[in-house]
Amino acid sequence: MDKFISAGRRAVRGLTNMIPIVSGVVLLVGLIKTAVPESFYTGLFQGHLFADSLIGASVGSLLTGNAATSYIIGGELTDKGIGLLPVTAFLVSWVTVGIVQLPAESVLGKKFALLRNVTSFILAVAVAGITVFILGLL
Amino acid sequence: MKDGGMNDNKKNKPKQSNTEWYFFGAVALTYVIVAIVKGNLALKSLSTAGGIFLNILPAFGIIFAAMWLVNYFVDKKTVKKILGVRSGPKRWLIAVISGVLSTGPIYAWYPLLNDLRKKGLDYGFIATFLYNRAVKLPLLPLFIYYFSPTFTGVLLGVMVIVSILQGLLFVQLENAGLV
Repeated sequence: MDKFISAGRRAVRGLTNMIPIVSGVVLLVGLIKTAVPESFYTGLFQGHLFADSLIGASVGSLLTGNAATSYIIGGELTDKGIGLLPVTAFLVSWVTVGIVQLPAESVLGKKFALLRNVTSFILAVAVAGITVFILGLL
Repeated sequence: MKDGGMNDNKKNKPKQSNTEWYFFGAVALTYVIVAIVKGNLALKSLSTAGGIFLNILPAFGIIFAAMWLVNYFVDKKTVKKILGVRSGPKRWLIAVISGVLSTGPIYAWYPLLNDLRKKGLDYGFIATFLYNRAVKLPLLPLFIYYFSPTFTGVLLGVMVIVSILQGLLFVQLENAGLV
């Protein structure tokens, strides 16, 4: 019984330690979601495939929120003629890279959090390239 | 108490750090500045944030229960045996499936992963788990609606493979003492 209660206490401690970080992240997400309209993102793309892929991955990395929002923005970008490569990079980085969540992820180790996000950013562009290449073969 | 008891608890006690409070303070200060410049925007943002809080509360309940169970049933030996680097390819399958099935925001999972990390979970597994959180099964119909079934299938396949490659990269980085 002691072990069970002690396990519960450790779970409470683990979660309460995260309160300031999680609150900060949620408040920041609320501010970004409210301040930046979805139509803003379309204007960022230049019409150059590689540059647009990097822009797509960067925008996806900076933004956060429900993945469904990224699908809607991604769909809107495709409708406006933005290439599949930048849109895919945007979609992948939205869900794999989290600049806003970086302070929260740092509880796992600052170096790990930073390296994971940097590699995920590079991989977002790579995943987009591979996906579009495979689609071209099908 | 098994597995080291009090001494283990002392060893695992996190170092006191105020970073999280500095971060929260910086966000709060941003809100104060926004409130002074554009009060309406600050109020709307607070309301949006409140909505997000309400949405993620159930996920925190699930994660709290998972943390409690993990703390009770799982010790360092179990983690190393089932999820350790030497436990074979099945650990990657576990990382992929658990990442895909996990719900709620990514930051809600950090405390549980931190607990498992203290019990010996390696960064490779964590990286693969976190990457697969990108695959949202309940949202797949919406994704297929906006894009296409072929695009969805190819993208998910590529992402799962890449997640394991990223995990293997982090195993090497950890072995080399770079993370």
